[in-house]
Amino acid sequence: MEHRFSSVQQVRDSLKDVNYLADDGIAGVAFLADRLAKPILVEGPAGTGKTQLAKSVAEMLGARLIRLQCYEGLDESKALYEWNYKKQLLRIQADKNSDSWSEVHDDIFSREFLLTRPLLEAISAPDPVVLLIDEVDRVEVETEALLLEILSEYQVSIPELGTITATQIPMVFLTSNNTRELSEALKRRCLYLHVDYPSMEREKEIVLAKVPDITENLADQVARIVRSIRQLDLKKAPSVSETLDWARTMMLLNIDSIDAQTAKETLHVLLKYQSDIAKAAKELSVGLT
Amino acid sequence: MLDLLSGFVQELRNAGLPVSLTENLDAMEAVRHIPLEDRDAFKYALGATMVKNSAHWRSFETVFEVYFSMRGPEYKIGEGTEDELEQMWREMQEQMQQQQGEGKGSSGGMDSLTPEEIAQMLMKALMNGDQGLMRALAKQSVQRFAGMEPGRPVGGTYYLYRTLRNLDLDNMLQKLMEASKQEVGGELTALEERLEKDEYESRIDQFKKEIEAEIRRRLVADRGAEAMAKTLRKPLPEDVEFMHASRDEMQALKKSLYPLTRKLAARLARKRRHGRKGPLDFRNTVRHSLSYGGTPAEPKFKQPRPSKPELMVVADISGSVAAFARFTLMLVYAIQGQFSKVRSFVFIDGIDEVTEFFKGTDDISEAIHRVNTEADVVWVDGHSDYGHAFEVFWDKYGKDIGPKTTVLFLGDARNNYHASQAWVIKEVRSKARQVYWLNPEPKSYWNTGDSIVGEYAAHTDGAYECRNLRQLETFVEKLA
Repeated sequence: MEHRFSSVQQVRDSLKDVNYLADDGIAGVAFLADRLAKPILVEGPAGTGKTQLAKSVAEMLGARLIRLQCYEGLDESKALYEWNYKKQLLRIQADKNSDSWSEVHDDIFSREFLLTRPLLEAISAPDPVVLLIDEVDRVEVETEALLLEILSEYQVSIPELGTITATQIPMVFLTSNNTRELSEALKRRCLYLHVDYPSMEREKEIVLAKVPDITENLADQVARIVRSIRQLDLKKAPSVSETLDWARTMMLLNIDSIDAQTAKETLHVLLKYQSDIAKAAKELSVGLT
Repeated sequence: MLDLLSGFVQELRNAGLPVSLTENLDAMEAVRHIPLEDRDAFKYALGATMVKNSAHWRSFETVFEVYFSMRGPEYKIGEGTEDELEQMWREMQEQMQQQQGEGKGSSGGMDSLTPEEIAQMLMKALMNGDQGLMRALAKQSVQRFAGMEPGRPVGGTYYLYRTLRNLDLDNMLQKLMEASKQEVGGELTALEERLEKDEYESRIDQFKKEIEAEIRRRLVADRGAEAMAKTLRKPLPEDVEFMHASRDEMQALKKSLYPLTRKLAARLARKRRHGRKGPLDFRNTVRHSLSYGGTPAEPKFKQPRPSKPELMVVADISGSVAAFARFTLMLVYAIQGQFSKVRSFVFIDGIDEVTEFFKGTDDISEAIHRVNTEADVVWVDGHSDYGHAFEVFWDKYGKDIGPKTTVLFLGDARNNYHASQAWVIKEVRSKARQVYWLNPEPKSYWNTGDSIVGEYAAHTDGAYECRNLRQLETFVEKLA
């Protein structure tokens, strides 16, 4: 099979071209996933760019992104495939008299009557695709088993039809917010990537790349204040997307240097709990009365 | 290569990381695609294939550092390879001399520096965030201050302590702050000051890590990777014992507590929802039969609503078991939604109710802090007296115990040879739904010395050993 990437550095550079700043770990794992033809399980706190990674990889490869949002109660008919009952019924009624039973029987369980759902669509697509299985920790442990066949063999078995094997192996990303431990079987089939809050330097670069017209100085200040806030003992530390929102807020307010007062007044963009805001406001204005 | 990797996997397993056979094979496959000279890529390749839990990453990193520390040019110890650094060093020195306008003339490399000069260099490096110089300084200071001798059976922490003591990093922060104030020329605003401080702190932290890594490298060179890996083996956060946790380990524990409670709460809520269906709901069935013309085609069932237990936590917060009580209280309050009511009591030799501290505040650690400072738990001398505390508990709060109440006693039951008053537990059990005892001591220590946990345990529904987060989690899940 053709490899998509030639080196880790290339992954990194092309991701940068689509405005995603990957660190060594992210680029390295993406590179390996392609070489080993394995899915990537991305774990980390909310808002650190896990979903964005899949989107950016799709953009970079020029591939279609197929997304399966997981939720409690997700089942086979929503994730894999479903028979189109209405169409089958119509087919039976349409020529009630002419066909023999066996013909109809074979006919109504053919590809024509199959409704593809995201997982099946991803492996039967002729064009390059990136499959994103979002928030996989939300499904029940039993439902996880649905994913196993497709993740390891890149195929789907349909009892009436046989096994559909992938025409080309798609890149697969699974994201998890770690609300529960995923099963060993699932983890074993994936490469593991833990995405944490970026380092201050990287965050500054992200702000510079994502917020147009921001000055270097302001980006630096934003990154530094956010780092200080993350060090506090908060219920929910500010995510990267919230940092970006905050930087944009500063731009809209025409502020080019942040002082304690402005920081305090706009904290609600960064933090979403009242107790967190109060705490951060207190910490940021140490010494002020 | 194969041998090397299997050795590494063995080492990981020894450190408590579960590495399965398929993961091992994946790792072998992965390294074939990675240029072996690239140390970082190699590390991430191994990490992505073998470590599937973010909490295990730290342990993995340590094992990796030790196991592969002798390979790779920048990790050599010999002086010959440090030409570049030495060069940088000299340049720095010359610059400094020029700035100071002193013609000292001597520039004989790093070894001729006085400790004061080293401190000055370090300060400069930290101020500018100069990575290369920081690394060089770390090497130099370890060589100079740690006093490492081959074959000396001392742990790495000892050398670390010696090095850091000589460098006096605490004062360094102070000095850095003052220097940066001077640079700006005037007072910094509070916000700026705070940001500067955080910046320097993180740089100093980084420097400390460099020193640690340097010491480790030297130790490995001295004793060999296998022996080192053994001494450096750190327990995973969930396996750290409450009673013997160091300060750093406590921090790690605290950090892992929050995600754990979230997981636990999600799991419990799910369990509650997915219980079996209840009996037929007649009313509802008839109501729905109307849409089928009176035929009860769709039977409806009652949703079972298992009653949530009421919880009373009675915790010993005397010095030896304070950490354990703290974690249990935190855990219990973090999932208090799973109980209809939680009341908590703390004691040493007197007992006090602390439920109020947890009310109306979101911040559990703040509440715990208040418990430790404000609760009135000393009766005579501040040495554990379970007997007296229990007696008072029974007198004051015994009437509140009902058939829905679960009572949890936390402590090591080291009673300083006072009277046990175990009858209280017996009485409590006869009124309450369940009574449990949690002991942070290893089971083999129970009933030795002044521990009388056996006397109490006889009257409970079960006494459990809760030495680490893992055991505590298992118990709490069972409880709710």
